[in-house]
Amino acid sequence: MGKWRHAVQAAWALLTNGHLAGFVRGTLYRGRLKGLCVPGLNCYSCPGALGSCPVGALQSVLGSRKFGFSYYVVGFLLLVGALLGRFVCGWLCPFGLVQELLHKIPFKWKIYTFRGDRALRLVKYVVLAVLVLALPLFLTDASGQGTPWFCKLLCPAGTLEGGLPLMAADESIRSAAGGLFAWKAALLLAVLAACVVFFRPFCKYLCPLGAIYALFNPIAVFRSRVDDEKCTHCGACAQVCGMGVDPSKHPNDPECIRCGKCKRACPHDAIG
Amino acid sequence: MKVERAVGRWLPLALMAAGAVMMVVGALRGEASAVLSKAVRVCLECIGIG
Repeated sequence: MGKWRHAVQAAWALLTNGHLAGFVRGTLYRGRLKGLCVPGLNCYSCPGALGSCPVGALQSVLGSRKFGFSYYVVGFLLLVGALLGRFVCGWLCPFGLVQELLHKIPFKWKIYTFRGDRALRLVKYVVLAVLVLALPLFLTDASGQGTPWFCKLLCPAGTLEGGLPLMAADESIRSAAGGLFAWKAALLLAVLAACVVFFRPFCKYLCPLGAIYALFNPIAVFRSRVDDEKCTHCGACAQVCGMGVDPSKHPNDPECIRCGKCKRACPHDAIG
Repeated sequence: MKVERAVGRWLPLALMAAGAVMMVVGALRGEASAVLSKAVRVCLECIGIG
């Protein structure tokens, strides 16, 4: 299922970023599909993007003078979250795939957990509350318009999927790059380098979309169960989990991305 | 236990239904058009320019 999952991740990334001509021309897809959100973190300024990133869409509606709250995007997140939870992170997020592929690079000092790891994972909820919700809603300009602060200051997916391809194809965008782009490029490089050492560091510590879906993991339709009669608590499942979860104790932990590694590792077929 | 199991079964379905209703309400308010108009233009903040 491991290779099968990567095939699904790649196919989904291609399907939702299928406007390939955009990469050559440095233009965006402008059809009506773009009004729909995709479940994963996928910048809508990616030249190939056929849909909208829910985090970007949420900030843009929250920050608009007209609305102040987004029934449309919150409803979408409720629908997808209650159905799939963090299955989205494991199977349908292009930036998750990028991080996982980088983690396959051989490196002697891979780190799977450390002191303070669990506490640091709470940072993504702060990012969600402050950069995605509070600042776009309350920190507005004179006309009442908010700024997508998460996209502007933190999102490495926007730099990778939108910034770099557009700069490569468009001289005017290239010449407009300044200090902010330097910050975002440095952040992107740091995240990509960290992926070699840590498993999905952005998902674990910073992703606000992962934070939203994590809240749904314990109650989503798609969730795991452990057969207590079969489980011997041998620890095989916990040992293979890149997200640092012990599925035998917490099969629906908010950090579980439903990659299915634990199911394959279980010698007693106890996880379903 | 029975209540817990029933809640576990119905809660996600109720949330999904609420989500679908909210999406329709949002679309009727013109939010989908707002998302579309933002998404078809290059977001300078997103790419690190603005």
